[in-house]
Amino acid sequence: MGHEETVYEALDHAHGGEGHWAFGTGFDDPLAGVDTTVPDGVDPADLGEYCLMLGDDALVLAQRLTQWITAAPELEEEVAIANVALDLLGQARLLLARAGSVGVLGRSREKATESIPDEDALAYFRDADEFRSTALVAAPNGDFAQTIVRLLVASTVRLAVFARLRESRDPVLAAIAAKGVNELTYHRDHAARWLLRLGDGTDESHRRAQAGADAIWRLLDDLFVPTDVERRLTEAGVAVDPAGTRDEVRSVLVQVLERATLRVPGWPAEAPPRGRLGQHGPELAELLGVLQGLARQHPAATW
Amino acid sequence: MSAPPLDRPTVADEQALQDLFDATIAADHRIEPRDWMPEGYRKTLVRQIAQHAHSEIIGMQPEGDWLLAAPSLRRKAILLAKVQDEAGHGMYLYSAAETLGADRADLTDKLIEGRQKYSSIFNYPTLTYADVGVIGWLVDGAAICNQVPLCRSSYGPYARAMIRICKEESFHQRQGYELLLTMMRGTPEQRAMVQDAVDRWWWPSLMMFGPPDDDSPNSAQSMAWGIKRHSNDELRQRYVDMSVPQAEVLGVTLPDPDLSYDAETGHYRFGAIDWDEFKRVISGNGPANAERIARRRAARDDNAWVTEAATAYATKHGRAAA
Repeated sequence: MGHEETVYEALDHAHGGEGHWAFGTGFDDPLAGVDTTVPDGVDPADLGEYCLMLGDDALVLAQRLTQWITAAPELEEEVAIANVALDLLGQARLLLARAGSVGVLGRSREKATESIPDEDALAYFRDADEFRSTALVAAPNGDFAQTIVRLLVASTVRLAVFARLRESRDPVLAAIAAKGVNELTYHRDHAARWLLRLGDGTDESHRRAQAGADAIWRLLDDLFVPTDVERRLTEAGVAVDPAGTRDEVRSVLVQVLERATLRVPGWPAEAPPRGRLGQHGPELAELLGVLQGLARQHPAATW
Repeated sequence: MSAPPLDRPTVADEQALQDLFDATIAADHRIEPRDWMPEGYRKTLVRQIAQHAHSEIIGMQPEGDWLLAAPSLRRKAILLAKVQDEAGHGMYLYSAAETLGADRADLTDKLIEGRQKYSSIFNYPTLTYADVGVIGWLVDGAAICNQVPLCRSSYGPYARAMIRICKEESFHQRQGYELLLTMMRGTPEQRAMVQDAVDRWWWPSLMMFGPPDDDSPNSAQSMAWGIKRHSNDELRQRYVDMSVPQAEVLGVTLPDPDLSYDAETGHYRFGAIDWDEFKRVISGNGPANAERIARRRAARDDNAWVTEAATAYATKHGRAAA
């Protein structure tokens, strides 16, 4: 009896080393201690807007991936998908907090009370037209094959941007990118390994993987056309022009699909940005309805 | 040292093996996977570990229902990490069962077909976000009381799995309690949500320790084998004694008019548990039994093609699918 009491006491108080817990599950302000000064010659409104683009992509994709929890093919995959979603959620929180720190809060503060931190004001109290995410991440999951193709594409695109963003003149973006590159490398690797198995597995998995690729490829059309904000910030040495990542992205995707014995769908004609400007289909509004419902029901609450 | 003979042991050998096993248990040493063990010991462990693994996996659902709607990004991250831990716990436990010759896919089939049970607590629905906090505080709290002694279970792989699981459960409990403290400092609606959740989960959490000692058919043998270390009622009492002061700090009322401190024994007395409800829920007629199993079945069946693809790929490429 005495032994267990001791064990229980020890467990109850043994919370010193929280390093092994997933990022962002602790109790600290995510940007605490980081220098948030805006670099010279940079319009804070542009910087905030850019952080929303990158942050919203991460938040929306994390939400989509989370829909797989308790529905994934294997327990190992529950853990892996949760890992990816947690990484993206962590990136989203830092980026939204960065947008808030430079005063970019959109209309969120009309509804969110003061006690709600910026990251939550932005995540929970903006309407769909204020979101800057692309259609690629908002698209419904489809089956596991389509989910994997989307993860492959989204992580390849994001990794190409983040790898360059490590050199950003904004120290916060550079730090977020440096951390994110390791995470995104794992996400891309995880998706690529699955796509090999699905493409070169059974007839059914091949058919599904091909259908997933065909469906997702169409969403590549507006990913590589910069917005005015991205153009200005690229000139200022803060952001990455997505057009400059296209060839690298295409080469990675073609390589993975070919190894997965899949036919590479035709690259879609380029279209002007939609999601980055707040133009979204109904699937984003639906996703946000679920994400934001409870928080909006209790705008004065603290959680 | 030569390998043990593969032939069936003779009766005399068997007695020697039994003696060695008994001596190991008596000395409070661990039984390891390659040691001889009585068939009843093996079966009891497989049943208990599988039930525990199933509880972790089914237990992902009630809280998982709030993942998409968690009211802050920090709470979402905390909850997602917790649900992920539960999947991890399920994996360790299925692995521990596999060291006894069980097979994860077969155990999952038994769960889905209703031939193996899981903790009845997970058949209650989560109605508000306060339920997430109360599950952390009370359900994980009860699980910890149950499981800490299992870190000394006589079966080595199970005992070792429990050490890691208990550490994580303990973290979850603290996070749950912290959510409730935050909500209790919030709006009147939030405080009402917490009280309502406590009202709904308190009694089911007491049932997590299993039937009373005079109605627990397997307990005596499990205690003799060192699989179980304390009786159901003993652990239940410890849980009540631990929870009452925590409820006071939180500022909630536990829904039991008979709850009172007995200065003579130093324990809290509590009211009668509705064992009919327990039997109803554990036999499949709780509020969410059908839904829980249906979702687990869907995860298996809807994705069967994925597992087949991974197997086919591994066969083609001559290595295990990583």
